[in-house]
Amino acid sequence: MARVVVDVMPKPEILDPQGKAVQGALPRLGFEGVSEVRQGKRFELELEGEATEERMAQVHEMASTLLSNPVIEDYAVRVLS
Amino acid sequence: MRIGVVTFPGSLDDVDARRAVSIAGAQAVPLWHGDHDLKGVDAVVLPGGFSYGDYLRCGAIARFAPVMTEIVTAARDGLPVLGICNGFQILCESHLLPGALIRNDHRKFGCLDQVVRIENDSTAWTNSYTAGQEITIVLKNGEGSYVADQHTLDLLEAEGRVVARYVGNPNGSQRAIAGVTNEAGNVVGLMPHPEHAVEDLTGPGTEGLGFFASVIGALQRA
Repeated sequence: MARVVVDVMPKPEILDPQGKAVQGALPRLGFEGVSEVRQGKRFELELEGEATEERMAQVHEMASTLLSNPVIEDYAVRVLS
Repeated sequence: MRIGVVTFPGSLDDVDARRAVSIAGAQAVPLWHGDHDLKGVDAVVLPGGFSYGDYLRCGAIARFAPVMTEIVTAARDGLPVLGICNGFQILCESHLLPGALIRNDHRKFGCLDQVVRIENDSTAWTNSYTAGQEITIVLKNGEGSYVADQHTLDLLEAEGRVVARYVGNPNGSQRAIAGVTNEAGNVVGLMPHPEHAVEDLTGPGTEGLGFFASVIGALQRA
């Protein structure tokens, strides 16, 4: 078994209203000095078997076709264990 | 003339879309998301709502519904397809239209009568309007802000593929874009709802009817 993480983040040039809302809430709670918040998604995939090159290629395909929308998001894949 | 309206789990405006089709004078044919069959329809409407709960991203799961496989193939062969609101999001996720729709810049769900300017009156869905004509239809969405990279936006403008633009910008859409079309002009995505403006009794007027009249006219001429 291998656990693979796919992190999906809005592209830097895309407005992130959710991140902005979080950033706006922080000072109201007394947390100062945060100049930007970007909100993304984290997917954890439990693979059957080892994270072979072939399986990881499939994970990249999952990430680029379903888990992220390449028009507005970037993704990064890493193996946790 | 038979126009299909797809119902996904979570579609809201499929009944209104079928009603608009009927009022415009065509036969409305219900299509189901799980079917591999378009029942021989002459055009398709993807209605508004929250398909599959809008889980993951708006339209991201609907894109892989069996009926969408059929629609993507048929659209590439010229079948007129109109995606309204969630339907527009599905068309973008399906790569039938460029760009994407993200959360409104003001972060609130907007629900209002919206003035929209028709920019392209030659598509299958807008040919009964005149370019420059301003119409009032309904806008209701939380994720209606149209985005694309600068190159894509410039291309859309240069090729006249911006179908409709907001008068004012209610949700932070780039270049106030309310709707776009594909190269062939048979696929149109529109964030505001023409199907809610087809009767004086229940909407801001009847200026949305033109989208449905347009496709009927286009099909009759074909």
